[in-house]
Amino acid sequence: MSARHKFLVHEPEDMVGVAVEDVAAGEEVEALIMSNGHYLPLKTRQAVPLGHKVALRDIAKGSEVIKYGVAIGEAFVDIKAGDHVHVHNLQSLRWKKSVVRADDGQLVTIS
Amino acid sequence: MDIPKIYAYRRPNGQIGVRNHVIILPVDDLSNAACEHVASNVPGTLALPHPYGRLQFGEDLELHFRTLIGTGRNPNVAAVIVIGIEPVWTKRIVDGISDTGKPVAGFAIEETGDIMTIAKATRKAAEFLQSATELQREEVSMSELTISVKCGESDTTSGLASNPTCGNVVDRLTGMKSIVYFGETSEVTGGEHLIAARCATPEIKDAFMEIHTSYIKFIEDQGVSLLGSQPTEGNIKGGLTTIEEKALGNVQKMGRTSQVVGVLHPAETPQGFDKQSAEPGLYFMDTSSAAAECVTLMAAAGAAIHLFTTGQGNIIGNPIEPVIKITANPKTARTMSEHIDVDVSGILSGELTLDQAGDMVMEMIRRTANGRVTCAETLGHREFVLTKLYRSA
Repeated sequence: MSARHKFLVHEPEDMVGVAVEDVAAGEEVEALIMSNGHYLPLKTRQAVPLGHKVALRDIAKGSEVIKYGVAIGEAFVDIKAGDHVHVHNLQSLRWKKSVVRADDGQLVTIS
Repeated sequence: MDIPKIYAYRRPNGQIGVRNHVIILPVDDLSNAACEHVASNVPGTLALPHPYGRLQFGEDLELHFRTLIGTGRNPNVAAVIVIGIEPVWTKRIVDGISDTGKPVAGFAIEETGDIMTIAKATRKAAEFLQSATELQREEVSMSELTISVKCGESDTTSGLASNPTCGNVVDRLTGMKSIVYFGETSEVTGGEHLIAARCATPEIKDAFMEIHTSYIKFIEDQGVSLLGSQPTEGNIKGGLTTIEEKALGNVQKMGRTSQVVGVLHPAETPQGFDKQSAEPGLYFMDTSSAAAECVTLMAAAGAAIHLFTTGQGNIIGNPIEPVIKITANPKTARTMSEHIDVDVSGILSGELTLDQAGDMVMEMIRRTANGRVTCAETLGHREFVLTKLYRSA
């Protein structure tokens, strides 16, 4: 695979990207935002296997983690940009609340 | 839009099928042996053994009948032999199929025994097979096919590429006024608001939310959390972390423009389906997210071809409905190539656009409709799994 990007990101507001191949720790790579074609530079802090997520920026413990432009869960420890994001630092919000995108495009939390 | 032409079987009631199966259908577990003997006596027929059909009651029994009758009615089926232990339930299934106009005959084992039942059913099965093989394919519009969709062993590549590819195709199909089924009540959890927002009317939205809410209540009444089983081990290995993330990837299969025009009970057909007058569009069916159960229910509602997207490599097939397997995971496409009909992993590397991937799937639907056997058919995958709502008496 010879693509410029090693991660794909759905929406500009997403906090995580998905590896399109196995990426080693410490690699300086780029993530492609699919909805606008922009590239983000990124350095991995751990290995991220194909299909797994990387943090695009620091995410504080207790914050919602956004992917597809909506919350997919919350960080239960502090996450640093470049960290592998998975079951060891991200948990479901499902039984607490849900986030929807309102007509004006804003994210609204409903309980 | 240019609607592709296919060569398919037009059944006596006007419905379009892409296979020409003569099935030997047991009413109950006790009749599996006789059915399998008949199928072995008449190669080319297909027995559909299953473990249920005794002492079921209420809604669970109704679903059992609806699924078996719907399986016989599916347009991929040319003719049906029904075998049951008791005559009344056997006749109920025969009667449920007969108004399609296709050949159907029932045999009850009580007061006859297996050997005589097998002999009589074998004679009839031979007759049905010979007449079925004389049926000819004719040119019809692809829009006359009913298509079902579901994903399984999903990973993040499903949400990035294979499910959006499916969605791209679903938008084309509903655009050409086909009927499309999607479901998986448990696995849309976390994305249910996105489906609700796509419902064509407030009544349809209420019906959808009612199904979803009652499912969540059922889970809570069991005193368990979905989190133990959702996402599955395979999902987590593939990089999916939460049920919300899985659901958001899942609902990509709905496409970007298709509206939900109806909500169906398991194995239920849309109103007017048998008369070709059902409203075209996308229907949500209340199904399990287990692959074989879901596809069996959709086939029982008359779906002729199934699109199945997978990340880590689910290998499911169905005895009467061809299952087209699509993956965007390059490792799965390489290591499990005998299971994958369409490899869209080029989307991840930027070598394929979504529209090009959609073209590949449309072409595979056309080829499959015309008779190409899918990977699952080639490998003999015939998972026929009835949904059981609760324990029997």
